Amino acid sequence: MIEHADIDTELLPILDQVSDPEIPVLTILDMGVVRYAKIVDDEVMIKLTPTYSGCPAMDVITDDVEAAFEKAGYKVNIDLVLTPAWTTDWISEEGRDALEKYGIAPPLEADADKDALLGNKKIVKCTNCGSQNTKLVSQFGSTACKALFQCEDCQEPFDYFKCLK
Amino acid sequence: MKENLYKYILGVADNSLILGQRMGELCGHGPSLETDIACTNISLDLFGQVRSYYQYAAKIAGDGRTEDDIAMLRKEHEYVNVLLVEQPNTDFAYIMARQFLFDVYHLLFLQELEKSKDLTLSAIAKKSIKEVSYHQRFSSDWIKRLGDGTDESHKKMQDAIDDLWTYTDELFHKTEADKAMVKEGIGVDVTNLKDNYYQIIISVLEEATLSIPELKYFQKGGKQGIHTEHLGYLLSDLQYMQRTYPNMEW
Repeated sequence: MIEHADIDTELLPILDQVSDPEIPVLTILDMGVVRYAKIVDDEVMIKLTPTYSGCPAMDVITDDVEAAFEKAGYKVNIDLVLTPAWTTDWISEEGRDALEKYGIAPPLEADADKDALLGNKKIVKCTNCGSQNTKLVSQFGSTACKALFQCEDCQEPFDYFKCLK
Repeated sequence: MKENLYKYILGVADNSLILGQRMGELCGHGPSLETDIACTNISLDLFGQVRSYYQYAAKIAGDGRTEDDIAMLRKEHEYVNVLLVEQPNTDFAYIMARQFLFDVYHLLFLQELEKSKDLTLSAIAKKSIKEVSYHQRFSSDWIKRLGDGTDESHKKMQDAIDDLWTYTDELFHKTEADKAMVKEGIGVDVTNLKDNYYQIIISVLEEATLSIPELKYFQKGGKQGIHTEHLGYLLSDLQYMQRTYPNMEW
């Protein structure tokens, strides 16, 4: 059950097959980018929202969603919506666990995030050894949604998924 | 066609397009890997926002032009970005100073645009605020790091601020489209942002041990399509593919 979005239960298994092309361990349901999915007059109406405005994964995701529904025998109509704007709060619990196992530290609370990014507090946990003795290397990482951190104990560099509220 | 709304959107979007292009020029040329990635990330955010604006402008124009046509096929004098954002990439201090002087304005502007009666503009603003907050944090950090750094970095940052200061006042000039849109509750009255803008800028500059330029004469013209020589060179790069291979798509 997804609380923040309006999705028909029978469509969940199909949506669950589509993953984020840049973070393949996350499905688009884990990411929280599916805002609406319902069958209206034989057609599946879907609303997706981008994580970041310039996210290049969005076109791929749209194509993949279309392909998944056509394969399942549905006609599909996809809309991109901007409001309400995506927030990292919509990443599911499973998604957060998957991120951490994949080597990306999941987003913290907004206030904590600010402290972490400004280097005031060491609260981002190393995804390799679990130490909190980590430092911010750059506010911008390999994609728009990530920052680059490094562990000062095991020296492992890792991505941190920036908090967006 | 809603002429004023169309013009208004271009006035907002062109700033981000041109600054996005400037930051994108740094791809593979940033002073370090991390700053290179940061600058191109900022560029990507701006281009993403710009797509939303131009898609909306294309819908309003309703004459078959697409977002790409609007972004890529106008002539130099048809771009209405402020002069600040078209200034060239010289050294990294200059690039960060330009970014900072725009970011502070951009965030204040978006916070007002979010209240627009136009729901599309309000939605784009809401989305962009989250991204631009990170930009401002990044550029403010560099103002402080370089300003309060070595003698050399301090000098470069002071020179950059002194040089770019002359382009800041134009941010707060109202165009005819601005006036019409403010009246309808759609546009932002940019003159109201001015005090707040300089207050934020000055507090960061002071923290960075930089002095505030004392200037009485400011450059303007970009909003009327009268640009510095730098824009033409930028556009020849930006428009190259679309002009050489008309109608090509990504």
